[in-house]
Order: sequence, then structure tokens, then C-alpha cells
Amino acid sequence: MINIITRRLLFLILVIWAASTIVFFIPRLSTKNPVRERFAELARSGGFAPADMEKIIASYSTKFGLDKPLWQQYTDYMVSIARFDLGVSYNKYPKTVMGLIMDSLPWTITLLLVTTVLSFVIGNLLGAIAAWPRAPQWTRTIATPFILLQGVPPVLMGVLLLFFIGFKLKLAPLGGAYSTGVIPDWSSPAFIWDVVHHQLLPGLALLLGSVGGWTLSMRGMGITIQGEDYVNFAEHKGLGGYVIFKDYYLRNTLLPQATGLALALGSVVSSAIVIESQFGLPGLGRVLDAAIRSNDFLVIYGVVLFVTIAVATLMVMMEFVYPLLDPRIRNE
Amino acid sequence: MSTVSLAQPEIIQPGRLTLFLRYLRRNKGLAIGLLILLLLIIFTVYGLATADLSHAYPISVKSKQPPSWEFPLGTDFFGRDLYVAMVVGLKETAIIGLLAGALGTLIGVVLGFISAYFGGWLDTAIKGICQILTPIPALLMQVIIAGSLDKRDVTIYTMAFVVVLLAWMGPTLVIRAQVLTMKERQFVSVAKLSGMGDLGIIFSEILPNLLPFIAAAFVNQVFYSVFASFYLAVLGLGPLREPLLGNTIWAAQGQSAFFNNWWWWPLAPAVALVLILGSLALINMGMDELANPRIRKTE
Repeated sequence: MINIITRRLLFLILVIWAASTIVFFIPRLSTKNPVRERFAELARSGGFAPADMEKIIASYSTKFGLDKPLWQQYTDYMVSIARFDLGVSYNKYPKTVMGLIMDSLPWTITLLLVTTVLSFVIGNLLGAIAAWPRAPQWTRTIATPFILLQGVPPVLMGVLLLFFIGFKLKLAPLGGAYSTGVIPDWSSPAFIWDVVHHQLLPGLALLLGSVGGWTLSMRGMGITIQGEDYVNFAEHKGLGGYVIFKDYYLRNTLLPQATGLALALGSVVSSAIVIESQFGLPGLGRVLDAAIRSNDFLVIYGVVLFVTIAVATLMVMMEFVYPLLDPRIRNE
Repeated sequence: MSTVSLAQPEIIQPGRLTLFLRYLRRNKGLAIGLLILLLLIIFTVYGLATADLSHAYPISVKSKQPPSWEFPLGTDFFGRDLYVAMVVGLKETAIIGLLAGALGTLIGVVLGFISAYFGGWLDTAIKGICQILTPIPALLMQVIIAGSLDKRDVTIYTMAFVVVLLAWMGPTLVIRAQVLTMKERQFVSVAKLSGMGDLGIIFSEILPNLLPFIAAAFVNQVFYSVFASFYLAVLGLGPLREPLLGNTIWAAQGQSAFFNNWWWWPLAPAVALVLILGSLALINMGMDELANPRIRKTE
């Protein structure tokens, strides 16, 4: 067991190292100079002469160590990442990238947690029922639309939901975290309801886009499990349908599905980020969106690296949960 | 003595086309997927042949017009005819999808073959790199790559390359697994014993048997490439001048289209993308059924 843990942790460190190395080298391979680009933009909008610009760029390069040799920049960068220091935002200067991330993280985590748990539970139940021969016909037809929807990315679902529910039926707001002009006050139930109301459409977009995937894979597994000897044996023993469903069927399909959850994590987080930017929710997505629009490159790199490390860490952590689900691994 | 000749009942072997159509009747998902794809291709080709393509770019027509006879899908804030923008956008999406899909599959097939067939340290290295890169969310990582490019350098072709950079691991692992099982089969041993070279075995023994898996990997890869390039475009990292479907949605969001009552603007590209991705997903599932008789039997 200790052996497995050290191996997984080593793997995790390798993944984090690979991700940070990509994030370090890719921008430096390109001919684009983000500092220059940013100040060129400022110079265009007026404020200082081009001659000053060169001086400012030079002093920025010294300040951020961009004039040092590449290997030294690389080691400095790795050391700062190990200290969770992702640099500062150019656009909101005194704010650090880590500070921006931490401010927005609770929103993203809440949205992700609620939609992922809901879609995992609903999707797996629907899939298990759809493959269960003794389930009534109508329960099986419920699963079909969800399976069809799983090819639709959440952003597109967002556009369609905004049109039908937000725009045509006017049942939900068109964006933002809460109504404009409202002062955030987490102690008032009216404000909390307002926030929930605003999270409804983005949440639904994420949910509808992901339920079908679980349904589909669960249904596929359910179909193969039915032919297994131990299920036949349980039936011949005279066990009731519910017991077989719960203990022989769900229990055995849940382990691969948990692996699937770990694998899906990356795309789920990516979808949530683009949904947040679409709906103007104050999560990581809006931070990234604002950074892309204003060329705030350290924030772009910081957000992507942070999410990457978080996803990789969670994926490895999920493997430590397996022994709880599967006695075969526990006894090894 | 008279010989009794048993009259052989004549078997009419239907033509390939009828067999294919009959198969489609059984495999409805594949049929619907192919049908949607065909309609999209007809729409695009017809549009490319008849419409004035310059109307897909800003300030070419009257702006902010709702759908009408003159502009079937309306026009946007910047004065683009959305119908023509859809035609050009679909063509560009097809280019990105096919190019990135083909490249990713090709890299996957080559690396998968090398890794599985020759084994040894090469296999360890390729498999290790794939395993380390897989947990990294590729959709976000490509945001860095696309964001590091000079805005003027971003074209639909660079987008396809950005997508491929982090999208070859899937096909590599799939093909590797298939080659691993296949190279232990008896027909490969027979070929080896009869003195066939490595390249001969790869091209005339293993590759033909792998074709269904390669085809499935290709469809999968096209689906992913369309999705990944859309992800970049909808975050504003696409070639901003081009009427790529994701760009149109990004632009509509930037101008708060729904707040301003221009509902047709983001709707057209969203529906087009739903149709593309939906048809590809259906074809993908249908091909699984074709390649995997186990699923076919139980359906």
C-alpha cells in the first residue's frame, strides 16, 4: 500500500512538473512579447510617448527577471510555483494572480460540486435503469433524450437555454452573479435566492451536457453485466430484483464509473470555466476571460496552471478512494 | 443409372449498396448521423456555390437585421450576413476538424505502431509520455498555446495545429493496445516464420485488420478537434476576423446579444454546432456497433 502511494505521488509530481514546464516554455517559444504588446496597447490609447515605452519595457524586464538567462528564469519559476506564487496581474496591478484565483474559487467549486454530484447520481441511475430488463418501459425512454444530449457541449447548451428559458420564457436571468444594483449580503435569504436563481441556467447547462455521458457508459456496462454468471446465479438463488439491482449490479459498475469520474474531471472543469465566462459568473472563468480580453498574460498562465495542478491532484487522490470501493485492492 | 442432381437454390446476392442501406435500417443512429452530416454538406456546398462570400465579413450588409427573406438567418452587429457566415464557418470548421483529425490519427497510428510493435525502451517512453500528459486538461492547456501566438498569426490552420499538439495521446494508446493484441495472433507468427520483414508484416498483415479501429479513432478525433477548436474560439482565441462558428458566439456574447434582443445572432452558430457534433457523436456510436458485434447482438 505504501508502495502504491509513493508511486502515485511520484507520478503526480511528474504531471505537475510536465504541466508547469509546458506553461513556462510555450510562451517563450513564440515571437510574441506580451509586455511589449500590452504597453503598445496602452500607448495607442494615449498616456505616454513611445520613447518612454522602451524604458518602461526594459525596467519591467529587469523587474520580472526576463533579462536573465533562460535556465535561471526556469529555476526561479519552478521555485515560485513550489511556493504557490504565480506572479502578479498587470491589469489589476497590486493584486496577485493567486489572490484573484482565491477570490473566485468558491464560486467555481460550488458550481462544479453541485452539478458534478447531481449529474453523476442522475446519470448513473438512469443508465442502470435503462439497461435493467425488468425496469418499466417508461423509465427507459427517459434516458434516451439525455443520451442524445451528451454530444452537445455545455456552452452550446448554454446558448440554447439562454434563448428558450431566459429570453423567450423569461424564467431566468440572462447572466451575472446576482441582479444589478443589489448589494451582496450573505445573511439575507432574498440575496441568496437571487444568487441561486442566477446559477440556475449555467448549472442546468453543465448538468444536461454531462448526464448523458454517465447514462451511456453505465448502460453499456449494465448490458454486459447481465450475462455474467454471478448475476444469473443470484437470480436462480431467488434473490429479489431490488437486491440484485443494488448489490450485484450497481456495486460492480460503480468502480469503473468512479474511474470515469476522475478521467472526466479535466473536461468538466474546462466546461465550467467557459460556462462561467459565458454567463458572467464571478468564478475562475470570468478571471480567465477578462485576462484573455486584456492580454493579462500572467493571469492566463496562472489560472490554467492552477486548474491543471488541481485536476491532476484530484485525479490521483481519487485513486486512493478505490480501496474503499473495491475490497480486492484493499486486501492487496 | 440416373444421377439425381439436386437443384441448387439460387441465391441472389444483393448489391453492396442495398446491403449498406439495409444495414443502416438496422443501425438507426449511424443512419441519422450520416443523414445530418449529408444535409450539412449540401447546405455548405450550395451556399459556397451561390452566395456572395464577402458578406461573411464585417460591414458588408445592413447590421442588426432580424431573419427575413433577404437575410434568412439575420445579420449581426458588425454587418455580416449570418447565413453566409454560417456557410463559411461550416467550411472552416470542416477544414479544422478534418485536418486536425487526420493529423492526430496519423501521429497516433505511427506512435502506437512503433510503441507496440518494437516495444522495449521506446514503448516505455511513448507510453510514459502519454500517461503523464493525459491528466493535464488539454482544453485549458491549448488556451496557453493559442494565447501565446501573435494575433495576426492565428489562422484556421494554426488552430488545427494547436488542437493536435495535445490531442494525439488518445489515438496512440488505442492503436497501441490493438497492435499489442494483434501481434500475438497466429497469422502474424506465420508471416514472421515465412520470413516476412517488419514493414511487410505491419503494412500487409496488421494494418488492414486495424482499419476499423483507425476509422473509429478518426471519427472520434474529428469530433474532439471540432470541439477543441470551438472551445478556443468561444474564449476569443480564434482567428477573430474569420466567421468561425465559435467566434460568432464569442462576438455575440461580447455584444450581449440576448440583452439587446438580437436573439438570432448566437442561435444560428449554436444550432449549427449542435448538428455537427450531434451527427459526429451518432456516427461514432454507430461505428462502435459496427466494429463490436457484442454490442450489436444485445441491442
